[in-house]
Amino acid sequence: MSTDSSAISTQKTVIEFKSSTFVVPAIIIHSADLTQIGDSINHKIKQTPEFFKNSPVLIDIQNLSTKQVSLNLASLLKLIRATTLIPIALRGGTAEQNQLALKSGLFIQSLQATLDADKSLQAIPTMQHTVSAVIITDTAHSPIRTDRRKVKSSAAISKIVTSPVRSGQRLYSEGDLIIMAHVSAGAEIMAEGNIHVYGSLRGRALAGVMGKTESRIFCTDCQAELISIAGNYKVTDDLDPTMQHKPVQIYLQDQALIIKEL
Amino acid sequence: MARIIVVTSGKGGVGKTTTSAAISMGLAKKGHKTAVIDFDVGLRNLDLIMGCERRVIYDLVNVINNEASLNQALIKDKRCDKLYILPASQTRDKDALTLEGVGKILEALSEDFEYIICDSPAGIEKGAHLAMYFADDAFVVTNPEVASVRDSDRMLGILASKSRRAENNEEPIREYLLLSRYSPERVKLGEMLSVEDVQEILSLNLLGVIPESKSVLNASNAGTPVILDEKSDAGQAYADIIDRYLGVNKPHRFIEEEKKGLFNKLFRGK
Repeated sequence: MSTDSSAISTQKTVIEFKSSTFVVPAIIIHSADLTQIGDSINHKIKQTPEFFKNSPVLIDIQNLSTKQVSLNLASLLKLIRATTLIPIALRGGTAEQNQLALKSGLFIQSLQATLDADKSLQAIPTMQHTVSAVIITDTAHSPIRTDRRKVKSSAAISKIVTSPVRSGQRLYSEGDLIIMAHVSAGAEIMAEGNIHVYGSLRGRALAGVMGKTESRIFCTDCQAELISIAGNYKVTDDLDPTMQHKPVQIYLQDQALIIKEL
Repeated sequence: MARIIVVTSGKGGVGKTTTSAAISMGLAKKGHKTAVIDFDVGLRNLDLIMGCERRVIYDLVNVINNEASLNQALIKDKRCDKLYILPASQTRDKDALTLEGVGKILEALSEDFEYIICDSPAGIEKGAHLAMYFADDAFVVTNPEVASVRDSDRMLGILASKSRRAENNEEPIREYLLLSRYSPERVKLGEMLSVEDVQEILSLNLLGVIPESKSVLNASNAGTPVILDEKSDAGQAYADIIDRYLGVNKPHRFIEEEKKGLFNKLFRGK
């Protein structure tokens, strides 16, 4: 986007505004004890000094705010700035803390915006509704953890589709995939978790595509072209003909696909 | 604002152009100002079926390239003054069409037409994509055989994901099924899929069944939309389709085997 106005048309473009995105680690604060926080940060930095060298961080104090634990944000900022980390934003603070953060040159990231962004990443441009339950498991008890780990950890997202999946369409879900209509021949539905089809399944269904062997496929009328669980597959010809047009579940047992009537 | 209807199928030879000609004439006869556009650039046929091939001077591609105005290219039908035809170019190919060009034409037509019928080419490539991209309604023409049904299913998937309405997250295109070349006798013998078989696969709103009929070929050869042949079964089937589309509740016909010679009950008071 060039911003040439007539006044500066002879000059080169001096500035440009462009949208850009980057991933920033978040420090999630679980305790208001500054010494404890300081020790933990230094311990963490010592483990991977290169990673944390001049790294921007987002300070997330949502946990403390919900528990109504008061935190001395000014001191916390001082403490973090004394390390190699560069605090750039605050999330989940109270109104006062937000004011202070803004004065200290941090921007305020709203939690709602984060959730919306997560949702839009999952949205697929067809007619399905993404029902998101972005569950962020909170297992780490250390006072600090980085956002990176959070992204990798289980974000279980199920997808519900209410319109027919037509021939040639491909659907993918990072969690379970629930189809409330039929799946046409020549369509392909894939899920990292389980697949449920409340209608005729005539296309291909692949559950546990990332290797989750305990995934299952459920359908009310099985006429599938191909079924697969964690890479173990069968095509129509290999399927037991007595199971055709029946409500079945399909699961994996000792590397073998078991098809059982429901 | 005009309602834009695409007549599409995926597969070729199922009766898209026949249907486009019939429904555009049907809507115009009901008093709605209607334009019908041939998107089959390179395989121009609509003008033949509409019987206006000798009056084609400019075409769709000329208008897109600003070589002619829309009014110069539109051909007014001689039988019905509410109907206009925008023919395709026979000397170009589908790459001559552009999204912006088609969008502009449809926008301009929307200003003084009530219905715009887009006659889609076969296939799912550029011509078919542009024909359906701006649509509000889709008439999916299907023959009662597996390949046609499969292709229609594929087309429905594209309608649901690649149209302007889908891309802008608007209300989806309304999809209607037109089952053409239907022969109850052959269904009975098990040589043809039945209406129920097709509906089981496509689950669509059935707008009408058009029986296999000699009158269709005769009408095409004569350059008359078959809907004008009010005595023929196919003509009546299309008339029913127009009524149903305009909201009149009519029972479906031509699904069961009928004794020949009994279609003379003329019900139209025109």
